[in-house]
Amino acid sequence: MHDHSHDNDLGPMEARVRALETILVGKGLVDPAAVDLIIDTYENKVGPRNGAQVVARAWSDPAFAQALRDDATTAIESMGFAGRQAEHMEVLWNTPDVHNMVVCTLCSCYPWAVLGLPPVWYKSAPYRSRAVSEPRKVLSEFGVTLPEGTKVKVWDSTAEVRYLVIPMRPEGTEGWSAEALADLVTRDSMIGTGLAKEPVA
Amino acid sequence: MNGPQDMGGRAGFGPVEPEVDEPVFHAEWEKTALGLTLCAGALGHWNLDGSRHARECLPPAKYLTSSYYDIWLTALENLLVEHGEVTREELARGEVLQPGVRPERMMPAEKMMGVLKTGGPVDRSAQGEPAFAVGDRVRLSGDQVTTHTRRPTYAMGKVGTVTGIRGYHVYPDTAAHGHGEQPCWLYGVTFDGQTLWGTGAEPDTEVTIDAFERYLSHV
Repeated sequence: MHDHSHDNDLGPMEARVRALETILVGKGLVDPAAVDLIIDTYENKVGPRNGAQVVARAWSDPAFAQALRDDATTAIESMGFAGRQAEHMEVLWNTPDVHNMVVCTLCSCYPWAVLGLPPVWYKSAPYRSRAVSEPRKVLSEFGVTLPEGTKVKVWDSTAEVRYLVIPMRPEGTEGWSAEALADLVTRDSMIGTGLAKEPVA
Repeated sequence: MNGPQDMGGRAGFGPVEPEVDEPVFHAEWEKTALGLTLCAGALGHWNLDGSRHARECLPPAKYLTSSYYDIWLTALENLLVEHGEVTREELARGEVLQPGVRPERMMPAEKMMGVLKTGGPVDRSAQGEPAFAVGDRVRLSGDQVTTHTRRPTYAMGKVGTVTGIRGYHVYPDTAAHGHGEQPCWLYGVTFDGQTLWGTGAEPDTEVTIDAFERYLSHV
C-alpha cells in the first residue's frame, strides 16, 4: 500500500496526483487496488535482478546463449520474465571488439520486465541527447574507458523492440555458479553504461 | 514531430549525472502517477503511441524543465480532459463534478496482473515480403511532420545500412492518431558516426535505430 498518512502537508505534485486519483477512483474509472498492484510490481518484484539472471545463464549455459541468439523474447520468457515493455527483446553481446550501449532518444523506452523501471539519468536530457552523438564521452562520465579499437555500437530504441546488453564475463570466474555470476551483473552493465563487476580476489 | 522529445544529438544539456544507489521512486506521488497512467490507459481512449504523442506535444519549455513523471502526469491530465473523462475544474478542485465516460472499462486489479505479465505485443501476421534485405543501403525519410513519428531528427535524410529485420509491427505514425495499426516491416538501420555527426564524430562509433518500412527508401 502506498502511504496516505501526510494529507495535511502536500507538496504541489503530491496535491496534483492526489486530486487526479480522487477523481478517477471516485468516478469508478480506476481501481485503487490496481494502482497498488502496479506500484508493488515495479517497486518490489520486477527489477535488474531479473536481467542479471538472464546474463549469468547466458554466460554459463551455451544452449541458453544460443536460444537467446535465436529468439531472445522466448528465451527470456522461459525464465519467467515477460510482459509490459519487454514484448520484443533483442540481446546485444559485448566482446573485446564491440561495446553496445542502449538509449531511447525519443522517450524512455526500456525493458521493464527484465530491468525494472529506468533510472532518472536514463530518462534525462543529457543522456538522451548525447548517448548517440558522443557515446565515449558519456561512458567516461560513468567511469568506463574502453580500449582503443573497441567499436561503440549505440542502439536507439525507436520502436517496440527492447534491448538487453550481455556484458563480457569477467576473467577469473570459470566454474562459478549462475547465482554467483549474477551478483557481478549490474544494471548499468546491461544498459551498456557499465561493465560487469570484477570478482573480489 | 521534432518536438522537445526529439533530443538525439542536441547540445547543451550538460553531463550525465548517475545517482548512486538510486531508489525506484523518488517521491510517493511518482508511484501513484505511474499507477494512474497505466490504469487510465486501460480505459482504451488512447494507445501507447497516443500517450507518447501527448507527452511530446507538451510545450518545449514545460517538457525540458519537468521531471519524467511530471511529463507523464501532465500528458495524462490532458488526455483525460480531451476524452471527456475529467474536466479542468475537477482537476483544480480535486473532486468529482460529473460522471466519467467509460466506467465499464475500469480495469480491476486481478485483470491488471495479467496485463502486466503479457504486456501488449505489437507484432502482427506479416503480409507480403520485406522490401529491404540486410546489407541494403537506405535513406531515412527527411519529411518533417507535426504528427507522431519515431524518426529521430538526427538521422532524417541520412543514409544507413539495413542490419536487421525485426518483424512486422504496428505503425506508430498512424496508430497514435486513431488511424489504425497499418502494420509494416520493421528494420534495424545502422548509421556510422561520421554520417550522423560529420567530421567531429567520435571514432569507431555507430548508431542503430529501428525504422519502419514506410520511413525508408532505396539508395
